[in-house]
Amino acid sequence: MIVHDETLPARAAWAKVVEAGQTLRIVDLGGNQAVDCLVYDAHDTDHRYSAPDTLVAQRNIFLIEGTQLLSNEGVPMMTVTGTTCRYHDTIGGACSRESNTLRYGHHTAHQHACVDNFLDAGTRHGLGKRDLVSNINWFMNVPVGADGTLGIVDGISAPGLSVDVRAEIDVLVLVSNCPQINNPCNGFDPTPVRLQVLA
Amino acid sequence: MTTDTSTLEQARAHARAQAGTLAITGPTVPTPAGLLWDETIGAGGYAARLLPRDTVLRLTDTDGDACVQLLAYAAGGPAERLNVADTVKVQWQAYLGPGALLLSDMGRVLLTLVEDTSARHDCLCGAGSRRTFDARWGDGSVWGGTPNPRDLLALAAAKHGLGRGDLPPWINLFKAVRVADDGALTLDGERRPGTHVDLRAEVDVLVLLANTPHPLDDRPDYTATTVRATARPSERAAPDPFRTATPERERAFLNTDEVVTR
Repeated sequence: MIVHDETLPARAAWAKVVEAGQTLRIVDLGGNQAVDCLVYDAHDTDHRYSAPDTLVAQRNIFLIEGTQLLSNEGVPMMTVTGTTCRYHDTIGGACSRESNTLRYGHHTAHQHACVDNFLDAGTRHGLGKRDLVSNINWFMNVPVGADGTLGIVDGISAPGLSVDVRAEIDVLVLVSNCPQINNPCNGFDPTPVRLQVLA
Repeated sequence: MTTDTSTLEQARAHARAQAGTLAITGPTVPTPAGLLWDETIGAGGYAARLLPRDTVLRLTDTDGDACVQLLAYAAGGPAERLNVADTVKVQWQAYLGPGALLLSDMGRVLLTLVEDTSARHDCLCGAGSRRTFDARWGDGSVWGGTPNPRDLLALAAAKHGLGRGDLPPWINLFKAVRVADDGALTLDGERRPGTHVDLRAEVDVLVLLANTPHPLDDRPDYTATTVRATARPSERAAPDPFRTATPERERAFLNTDEVVTR
């Protein structure tokens, strides 16, 4: 049963509590649209998604079907129960106005960015800057080369591909539909995504 | 030493007689001339220190099997803190080595690796909690013999007014994690005695350290040999070769200039 269904415009922020047992489905409508995501225990936001704990547990950097999203206390918060995109990223972080100046130059300092979306959504739920940690990037492709070179390259997603993530506890999910236009994470053209909650 | 502590005078004499006991871990006092800090941190230990700009913190893996968890904050406003994702993404490099910058979430430099004879570190697996260390070692509590890094760093943070929510993913020093083509992670945990890393403070920074086994360390024993922390003031070369190594690093220093009083 679909209990929530909306199309999130390109560049927009979103926050919603997903209850234990419900599934969040994210559909990449236009293809290769990075969806930045943070997850908090809805009842204790100091207890939150941890990219390193998640990587350590599965000893792999890629999020795939079956990946458990672990908290900073090692608790399973959500599980990837299905994905038609081969894998997803959690080491590339979120774009910010500040990091954009380093990566692309100071002409990007006033461009909209994911950290501002996380802050816009988070501050409506009692979260602040201190609460932002390494996030998930659904549909984003960040390989690591043999010499450690790391970067965002062309995506492996396509129009209509989706990921299902089941909540294991009540979670507050923040989403930034990534507005980045300076790298290939959105194919240089941010597009809407569909967000559904299934019960 | 008297062991009779039944009166206040005897208890005081007993307490005072303990000073001067030799220990492997702890600070060197008085701090040796020319240093700002000299301390040895053992397995399951932690430390927190404010370092003024231009201080160089040397961490030495004396016996070659330490694993140091490192977090850093801008002392002037600790809402600005180490961001490992930006650190690796901005520099296009997951593996830290000589010249690498540790970047804040505000596009500025907190620390520069001005020397690094180890070059085996880890920006991906800054993890480990009470729950996972309980499962691995039987008792991950900070009062037990095999404490977990998250709760140790929480103690270090709390002593500077920060809370549990102020702990982002951290860096592990002296243990390398390498990524295979398929994304698989492997630990390079080879013992290498005597390597060190010199971290130069680019602003006034608060540094938090712990010393616990790497989360990918599969050995049966809780292994973290002592690490020596020494800090001293430094003179900045002009021009500073670390500033201009790459365009991204140069812009990070330009952003940092804006908050440095010169």
